[in-house]
Amino acid sequence: MIPPAFEYYAPHSVDEAVALLRRFNGEAKVLAGGHSLIPLMKLRLAEPAALIDINRIPNLSFIQEEGTHLRIGATTRTNDLLDSELLRRSYPILPDAAQEIADPLVRNLGTVGGNVCHGDPGNDLPACMLALGAELVTVGPKGSRTLPVSDFYKDTFVTALDPTELLVEVRVPKARARQGSAYQKIEKRVGDFAIAGAAANLLLDASGRVETAGIALTGVGPTAILASAASGALVGQSPDDQHLGHAATLAGTAADPNSDLRGPAEYKRAMASVLTRRALDRALARARGGG
Amino acid sequence: MSAEAPHVKGGLGQSILRKEDARFIRGKGNYVDDIKLPGMLYLDITRSPYAHAKITAIRTEKALKVPGVLAVITGKDLAAANLAWMPTLMSDKQMVLPTDTVMYQAQEVAAVVADSRYAAADGAAAVEVDYEPLPVVTNPFKALEPGAPVIRTDRKEQSNHIWHWETGDKAGTEEAFRSAEVVVGQDLYIPRIHVSSMETCGCIAHMDSVSGRFTIYMTTQAPHAIRTVYALVTGLPEQNIRVVSPDIGGGFGGKVPVYPGYVLASVASIKTGHPVKWVEDRSENLQADSFARDYHIHAEVAARKDGTVTALKVKTLADHGYTDAAANPSKFPAGLFHIITGSYPFAKAFVEVDAAYTNKPPGGIAYRCSFRVTEAVYTIERMMDILAHRLKVDPAELRLKNFIPPDAFPYKSALGWTYDSGNYAGALKKAMEIIDYAGLRREQAEKRRRGELMGIGISSFTEIVGAGPSHTFDILGLKMFDSAEVRIHPTGKVIARFGTKSQGQGHETTYAQILAEELGIPADDIRVEEGDTDTAPYGLGTYASRSTPTAGAAASMAARKIREKAKKIAAHLLEVSPDDIEWKDYAFRVKGVPTKSKTMQDVAFAAYTNHPQGTEAGLEAVDYYDPPNMTYPFGSYICVVDIDKETGQVKVRRFVAVDDCGTIINPMIVDGQIHGGLTMGFAPALLEEIQYDENGNIHGGSFMEYLVPTAVETPHWETAKTVTPSPHHPIGAKGVGESATVGAPPAIANAVVDALQPYGVEHIDIPIHPWKVWQIIHAGAPKTG
Amino acid sequence: MAVSARPIAPAASLSTRSAPVVRIQVTVNGSPISAEVEPRTLLVHFLREVVGLTGTHIGCDTSHCGACTVHLDGKPVKSCTVLAVQANGRQVRTVEGLEVDGKLSAVQEAFVEAHGLQCGFCTPGMMMTATALLARNPNPTEPEVRDAIRGNLCRCTGYVNIVKAIQLAGKKMQANPTGPGGSP
Repeated sequence: MIPPAFEYYAPHSVDEAVALLRRFNGEAKVLAGGHSLIPLMKLRLAEPAALIDINRIPNLSFIQEEGTHLRIGATTRTNDLLDSELLRRSYPILPDAAQEIADPLVRNLGTVGGNVCHGDPGNDLPACMLALGAELVTVGPKGSRTLPVSDFYKDTFVTALDPTELLVEVRVPKARARQGSAYQKIEKRVGDFAIAGAAANLLLDASGRVETAGIALTGVGPTAILASAASGALVGQSPDDQHLGHAATLAGTAADPNSDLRGPAEYKRAMASVLTRRALDRALARARGGG
Repeated sequence: MSAEAPHVKGGLGQSILRKEDARFIRGKGNYVDDIKLPGMLYLDITRSPYAHAKITAIRTEKALKVPGVLAVITGKDLAAANLAWMPTLMSDKQMVLPTDTVMYQAQEVAAVVADSRYAAADGAAAVEVDYEPLPVVTNPFKALEPGAPVIRTDRKEQSNHIWHWETGDKAGTEEAFRSAEVVVGQDLYIPRIHVSSMETCGCIAHMDSVSGRFTIYMTTQAPHAIRTVYALVTGLPEQNIRVVSPDIGGGFGGKVPVYPGYVLASVASIKTGHPVKWVEDRSENLQADSFARDYHIHAEVAARKDGTVTALKVKTLADHGYTDAAANPSKFPAGLFHIITGSYPFAKAFVEVDAAYTNKPPGGIAYRCSFRVTEAVYTIERMMDILAHRLKVDPAELRLKNFIPPDAFPYKSALGWTYDSGNYAGALKKAMEIIDYAGLRREQAEKRRRGELMGIGISSFTEIVGAGPSHTFDILGLKMFDSAEVRIHPTGKVIARFGTKSQGQGHETTYAQILAEELGIPADDIRVEEGDTDTAPYGLGTYASRSTPTAGAAASMAARKIREKAKKIAAHLLEVSPDDIEWKDYAFRVKGVPTKSKTMQDVAFAAYTNHPQGTEAGLEAVDYYDPPNMTYPFGSYICVVDIDKETGQVKVRRFVAVDDCGTIINPMIVDGQIHGGLTMGFAPALLEEIQYDENGNIHGGSFMEYLVPTAVETPHWETAKTVTPSPHHPIGAKGVGESATVGAPPAIANAVVDALQPYGVEHIDIPIHPWKVWQIIHAGAPKTG
Repeated sequence: MAVSARPIAPAASLSTRSAPVVRIQVTVNGSPISAEVEPRTLLVHFLREVVGLTGTHIGCDTSHCGACTVHLDGKPVKSCTVLAVQANGRQVRTVEGLEVDGKLSAVQEAFVEAHGLQCGFCTPGMMMTATALLARNPNPTEPEVRDAIRGNLCRCTGYVNIVKAIQLAGKKMQANPTGPGGSP
C-alpha cells in the first residue's frame, strides 16, 4: 500500500510553514506524527499535493507552566505526556489519556497537536482539552490567534482551523490546589478506537464543594462533546454520590453516538455515563489529594 | 531424563532449542518479499468497490501512461488464453479476473505490471472501471429464498444452492429424539474470521523463456500440490516447474489456496519474460483471501433425565461466498464436521449441511484446524453446557458421566470415525485439579451472593487430525500421504528432506529429533530441508496438523529402512551374521555381547568406504507414508472469567489447558504451539469477526477493524499434559498445532454464559463483545439468585 | 495482452522517474547511507529495498502490527508510517544492528532460549521494541512487558514466551552488564 506522490517541504520556522500553507491554499497537509495522515494517504483516501513537515521547526515541542497557563507545544510527542513529572503531578488527565492512545510505538511519533486538531471524534486528547478548558494558539497568514477549544470542533474531521493556519500550542489553565482530573476509556481491544471515553476535571473550594467542573466525552458523537449540563449540575454542589451520579446521567444525555462495530448507540450512551462517573470519582480522589 | 538412561542428544522428549531461530533473530529469514531477482517487475491489482456489479468498461489508457507501468491485464486478456477462470479444489470454479461481472467487494478486476512497486500501485489506482451495480445477497438464508438474485448465472443450476450433504442414521436419530426424556436445541452462528498470518500472501513468478523453466517462489503450505496443479492447468511440463516455498510468516490454512494474484503474476511473467513479484497488502489479505467459518448451525441433543446423552442432530447452512473454493482435503463437502459427536458416546447421530453462494469472497479455509473441526467442537461443547444448564447439573459432572471410557478405544463413533486412543476423564480431572475447580465453584457461589459475575467454562474436545488415509483424503485426486527422504553422509551427518512445509512450527528441529531418536545421531548433525519441489520428495504439505502424523511418521519409517540396511553393514564390520545383531540403546550390538557394537556413524562411513560385497554403497531411504487412520488428540480446558457488570467487559482471569497429543517430540515447541493455538481460539471467542452490510460492504477489512489480540488482553496461558500415545503412529505422536484453536472457543463462551446464569442465559454468539453482555445484564433483573 | 512497447528497464531503487527526488543521508546501524528517494518513499521500503536490509518486515499498512519496528534516534517507531525523508540526518537501528561484532544481544539470545518466536515474521519488530523497553526498564514486570509490546502483534506464540524472553533478556543484562549479552 503506497501513498500517491506529493511535494515535500521541511520548513525550519513557523513563518516558513505558514507561507507554504498559504502557497498551497488548502492543497497541502501538515505532517506532524503522521500516524493518522500517512495511513490515510496509503489508503489513497487523502491525496495532498504537498506535505509540510513541521518536525524540524525548533521550539515546538515543550511542556511547561508559564504565568497562568500550562503550555504544550504542537509537536510534543504523546509519550512525552506520559513521561512528564509535571503532568503526572498536576494534570494527571493527560498521562491518563496518553496511556490509552494507540500503542507505545505510535506514541513515540504521534503528537499532541495532531491528536487535538485532526478532528477525529475517536481521538482522546480533544475531550481532555475540553474538560480542562484549554485554548489553542494558531499562526496563520494574518498572524496569531487564540481560540477556546470549546469553539474548535465543528464536525467529524472539520475544525475551526483554517487550512492555511498552523496549530502551534495548546494552553491549559494552570492547575490549582484542590483540583483533580482524570480520563477513562473502554475499548474492544487496546489500541482500538474508544467504545466511549470520558474526561473529568474538578476544582473544589475550601469547603470541599465543586467550584468549577469540566466533563467531556470521546467517541460518542461526530466530535468530542463538552457535556456542559453535566458539569454545570455539579458547580456549587457537594461532590457526593447523588450529584456525581446525576452528572454522569446528564453526560449520557449529551452523548450522540452511532451504532457500529463497537456497539449499539444505547450501549455507548450508557458507557458515556458509566465512564463519566468513573472519571469523576478518580478526579475527585485526586482533587482531595489521593491518586 | 536421568543422566544414566541411554539417550541421544536432541532425541525425543527433549526441549532442544530451535535450529531455525539463528536466522530469524538476525533478520536473515528469507520470506517471499525479501527475494529480489534481476530484472524483477511488480504487479499490483485494481479491485472492485462493489459486491455485485456488471463491468461495462475498463479503461487502461491512464494507467499505461503512468511512468514505469508496462502492462495492464484484464479478464478479456485472460479469457483469450482460457485463463479467466480457474478450477477450485471443490469442483467449482473461480475467476482469476472477471470478464463481465464482479461478485464480491475487493474482487480482482485488473492487474498492473510496472518496473517498481510504487509505479504498479499508481497504475492500479489509475485503471478506470465502469460498473452497473446488481442486487446483492450477503445473507445465505436470503440467498436460498425463492426470487433471490442468482449470483452464479454461469452455472446450469440457476440457484444459489451449492450442495447438500448428510451423514449418519437419520431414521434412528429421529427415533431416539422421539423417545428422549430431555431434548435441548440451540442456534449457533460462527461468524467469518480470517487467519491474518503476520506475513500476507505473495509470490515471484519467473518464466525463463530460453530454458522453458518456470520457477515460482510462493507463500504456500503445499508446494508439491501447487506444482502438479500448475502443470495440469497450464499444460507446462511438470519437470520444468519449480515451486519454492521459502520461509513462511505463518500460514494457519490461509496459504493453502491458489489466489488469483499468484496466477496473475505467473501470466505476467510468461508474457514479459521477466520475474514478476506480487505481494498483497493487509487490506487485500483480509478482504479477498479465503475466510474461515461462516457456519449457521442448529444443534439438538437428546438425553436421559440422568444426563446420559443418546442422540445428536445437526442442521447447518454454510456460507461459501461466490464460489466453493474450500481448501478441504477430505471427500466430505463439509470437511471433518462430523467429528461433532466429540468426546461422547452418542448412540445415534445425524448431520446435514447445505451450502449457499453469497456476494462475499470465496473460501473457506480451516483457520488452524483440520477443516470444520472447530465448528464441530464449538457446537458439541456448547450443547453439553446447555444440557447441563437445563438439567441443573455441574458441566464437569455431566462430561465425566458421559465420556467415552479409556477401555472403549479404538472407538467407532456414530458418524463413522474410529478414534485411536483417549483418556478424556484423565485430562479433565487433571485440569480441574490444577485450577482448583471445587474452590472456584465455591468462590463463584459467594460472588453470586454479592451480585458479582464470575464464570467457569469447560471444553473437553476431541480433535481429528493428520489427513489422511488415502481411502478418504485427497486433493484433486492426489492422495494425502507425506514423505521423508533421509540420506546419511560418510561422516555420519544427515540431510533429510520432507514433502511438508513449516510455517513456524519448527520442523527443522522436530523432524531432526525424530531422526535422532531413530538413528542414534545427534539432532545437531541432522539438517532438515523442505519447500523446494526440485529437491524435496513429493508430499501434500503442512496443514490440518498433519506434518507429525504423516511426514513425522515417514521420518521414522525411512530411518527404520536405513537401519535395516545398516544392520547388514554393522554385521559385516562386526564379523557376525545380521541375525546376531540388534539395534539397542542407539547402536548395533551383538546379541548377548552389548559391548561389541557399531554406531550409525561407524556404519555410515563403512557404507561409502567398506561396504560388503553384494550390497549397494551409500546409506539412504525414502518413505511415503499413507497413515492407516487419523489421529485424535484431545484435552480439557477450563477458563475463568470475571465480568464488569457496568460495561459488559469480559476478562479471562485464568485458563488452564491440559492437552494430550500422544508422544511429545519437543515439550518446549509443543507448549509454544498450544500458547499460539489458544490465542487463536481466544480471538474469535471475544474479538475477531468479519461482517458485511446488506450492500456487501466489508467491516473488518483492515487491522483498524479486524482486532487481532495483543499481549494485553491475551491471557497468561497455563498448560499441562497427559500422554496417551497413538497406537498406529510409529512413535505414538498425534499432532498438536491446532488442538488449542479448536478447544478454546467453547471454554471461553461457556465461561461467559456461566457467569450470566443469574440472567437465565443459555447462549451468546461469539465473538462476545462487551455490548452483548451489557444487553443481557440490562435486559432485566437477575431471574434467579 | 496490452504490453506497452516501452523497453523494460527496472528501476534501481523505488523511485519513479517523473517525481522529484530528494537526497537523504541516514545512518543505518552506524553506517551512513546516502540515497535519492521520492518524498513518498516509506522508511520501511527505503531500508528493505534501497539499503537492502530485509529483516524489517511489513505486516500491515495502518501502523497496527509493528512488524516494521525500528529505532529512530533510539526510539522504537513503526517504519511503515514514517517517510524516509523524515529520517534524513538521523540514526536508524534495525534488527540487523542488534548483533555487534558477532555477539548476539541479550534480547536475541533470550528469544531463542525462551522460544519467543515461531514463524519469525514479527520477531525483528518485537525484538526492537523489547530492546527499547529494557534500555528504559531492565527489570520489567509481566504487565509492563505486555503493555510495552501491545503495538507488536504476533499470531504464533500467544505472547507467553515472548514475555518470558524479554524478562530473561533483562536478567541477562543485569547479570552481565558489560558482557556479550550485556547491551540490550
